[in-house]
Amino acid sequence: MRVQRLLTETENKKIADNVDLKLIEPLIEKYKGKKGNLIPLLQGVQSIYGYIPRSAFELLSAKTGLKLSDMYGVATFYAQFRLSPVGKHIVKVCHGTACHVQGADAISTAIKDALGVSDGETTPDKLFTLETVACLGCCSLAPVMMIDEESYGKLTGSSAVKIIKEIKIKEKENK
Amino acid sequence: MAQTKVIVGLGSCGIAAGANKVYNKLKAIKDAENLNFELAKTSCIGMCFREPLVEVVDENGSMIYGDVNEDKALEIVQQHIIGHNPIKDYVVKTDLFKTPDNSFFDGQVKIALRNCGYIDPENIHEYESRNGYQALRKIVNEKMQPETIIQTIIDSGLRGRGGGGFPTGLKWRFAYSNKADEKYIICNADEGDPGAFMDRSLLEGDPHAVIEGMIIGAYAIGATNGIIYCRAEYPLAIKRLNIALSQAREHEYLGKNIMGIDGFNLNINIKEGAGAFVCGEETALMASIEGKRGMPSKRPPFPAEQGLWRKPSNINNVETYANVPYIIANGAESYNKYGTEKSKGTKVFALTGKIKHGGLVEVPMGTPLRDIIYKLGGGIQNDKKFKAVQLGGPSGGCIPEHLIDIQVDYDQVTATGAIMGSGGMVVMDETTCMVDVARFFLDFTQKESCGKCTFCRIGTKRMLEILTRITQGEGEEGDIEKLEELALQVRESSLCGLGQTAPNPVLTTIKYFRHEYEAHIKDKKCPAHSCKKLLTYTIDPEKCTGCTVCAVKCPVKAIDGERKKVHTINQDICIKCGDCYSNCRFDAITKN
Ligand code: FES
Repeated sequence: MRVQRLLTETENKKIADNVDLKLIEPLIEKYKGKKGNLIPLLQGVQSIYGYIPRSAFELLSAKTGLKLSDMYGVATFYAQFRLSPVGKHIVKVCHGTACHVQGADAISTAIKDALGVSDGETTPDKLFTLETVACLGCCSLAPVMMIDEESYGKLTGSSAVKIIKEIKIKEKENK
Repeated sequence: MAQTKVIVGLGSCGIAAGANKVYNKLKAIKDAENLNFELAKTSCIGMCFREPLVEVVDENGSMIYGDVNEDKALEIVQQHIIGHNPIKDYVVKTDLFKTPDNSFFDGQVKIALRNCGYIDPENIHEYESRNGYQALRKIVNEKMQPETIIQTIIDSGLRGRGGGGFPTGLKWRFAYSNKADEKYIICNADEGDPGAFMDRSLLEGDPHAVIEGMIIGAYAIGATNGIIYCRAEYPLAIKRLNIALSQAREHEYLGKNIMGIDGFNLNINIKEGAGAFVCGEETALMASIEGKRGMPSKRPPFPAEQGLWRKPSNINNVETYANVPYIIANGAESYNKYGTEKSKGTKVFALTGKIKHGGLVEVPMGTPLRDIIYKLGGGIQNDKKFKAVQLGGPSGGCIPEHLIDIQVDYDQVTATGAIMGSGGMVVMDETTCMVDVARFFLDFTQKESCGKCTFCRIGTKRMLEILTRITQGEGEEGDIEKLEELALQVRESSLCGLGQTAPNPVLTTIKYFRHEYEAHIKDKKCPAHSCKKLLTYTIDPEKCTGCTVCAVKCPVKAIDGERKKVHTINQDICIKCGDCYSNCRFDAITKN
């Protein structure tokens, strides 16, 4: 079973002010009263904020009548849902069978080292969140990672770090 | 003279290898020079090991170029398209002459994958031009009744390609015979087996085949609603499915009174999965569509009686549906002439791991495993020694070298202790540690267990702990027996397939590679030199030339040394990634 990192009460309060709940109103209108709407609703919320803020849970519950406990149960059951904010870029390192056999561990270790975070964590500059996924479907190019929507295949520890560094440099230039 | 056509393979694998850049480059050249050729897209033809692929079709025929990058794209345009002088060295597949990669296609029979890599998946006309929607037309023209369709599928011998292997026609008959005002036809596209991508390639490469299969299934069982449950990790597949669905609606293959059949109404929608392996289990998948935690429930009632929203439902996987139009259009014999006595037709496999030609192949059931690995797959990378092939993912097992001459069909694979599964074949060589493979799978199932059954939830956890200990050199006498006992209990006391099969990877590795377990436990050694805790990398001062490559490559800067002087590895910092080992040109680094 999955254990997710939860936020403390104070952390939640701090973020609550920064979340614009208006953004999810059209979503609620769209799915309100439809059967089987819970997962699409949560997916929609996550695609807006990158995670599901506590205040969004509360608003969903108030507007749709879905129970908080049901929503929370679903959100913690599926791997896709996050309950804490994420960085600008999401680095997903594949640890599926093919990637594992081809040395995915080394890729993760090298990236962890370069970013200074562990799995599921976000860098202090809020640029990167590191995640592990089970398979990206590009197994014949293993080991594979995906940054945002782009996949990179046939990695080595150093080539993976290089890709990350390039993104970092680009971000600096844009500043 | 027909216009020259240039087709770029833009499946997920191609894109990961850089195919978008190649496409953009070709487009830029075409526009800049105002060249007269048609630029088109297709999906994966299966040769992932040669991605990105570019096909050039002109009056002489077709040639597929492999490993294309932006520079090669330019060369191809200049020499082949403008100069009419193909660059034979880059060609990986053509009917005009033999290429070194030809063997990849020898012995393949493409039924499910019949269109993948040959059509633009975003264009319904290209599907139609290759007999697409002809099966549906045949049903209308010949007034085929649901019973006839179901009988044809039964006669074809098609069995569920998602792993269960249950005869598809029989499944349809159950759903057909349960009367109800509403029924559901569901496509399981939640390819959860890590290391398999058959369904992704099919959905990206030929979405209409799957849709047509579902329409036929819906007509046969009397369903009015269709749902494709697709992994969220496959954004491209979802995009192409959406395009295909709206085209099918426009062309009235979906909607009301389809093809003029009075009262045959069907709509199909996509549900994005949210990431849970257990949703491969039918009852869990339906719970997930209903918006609940994807926990399996007891059967009976079977989905064919009370499935989604308590209505009769039929679930098949992507590959199963993709076969259906072919079988209906060409008759049961066109399919059951391939295969063995109890396993008919063809099967798609995703070849990955330590294999030279990693990719997607479709072969008749009963093809010798040796042929798949050595002929189609081209053998083992770097000519290392083959050790085992993993079939069936977390529910499957490892087939060792001495069984490589089995024929791949349901019976022979099951006899080894593995399962056919959905078709992921991960090849392992002498450098893969089998205890670690077992640990890897247990780690996966342990995380993915929904937690409903105690033995699956806690039993897998205890097994994982033991396996982890062993790989870290802390194994104890009696561990193997403990694993075997727990395996039995988890298998016997779990409700669904996930728990019942979770011990398989452990049991098959103990069965065939007991000596590796023993080496870890007794000698604290990993024979494959793979378990990190049991490894040390050292630099041989005799051989080190001080070229600094290892120090540069080391991602954690664990290697010290001046240029032209012997280098040393700081064992406290070393993360044992092996980058130095694989980059040293002088064989100066040893691992032990
Ligand atoms: S195992 Fe990594 S992409 Fe499939």
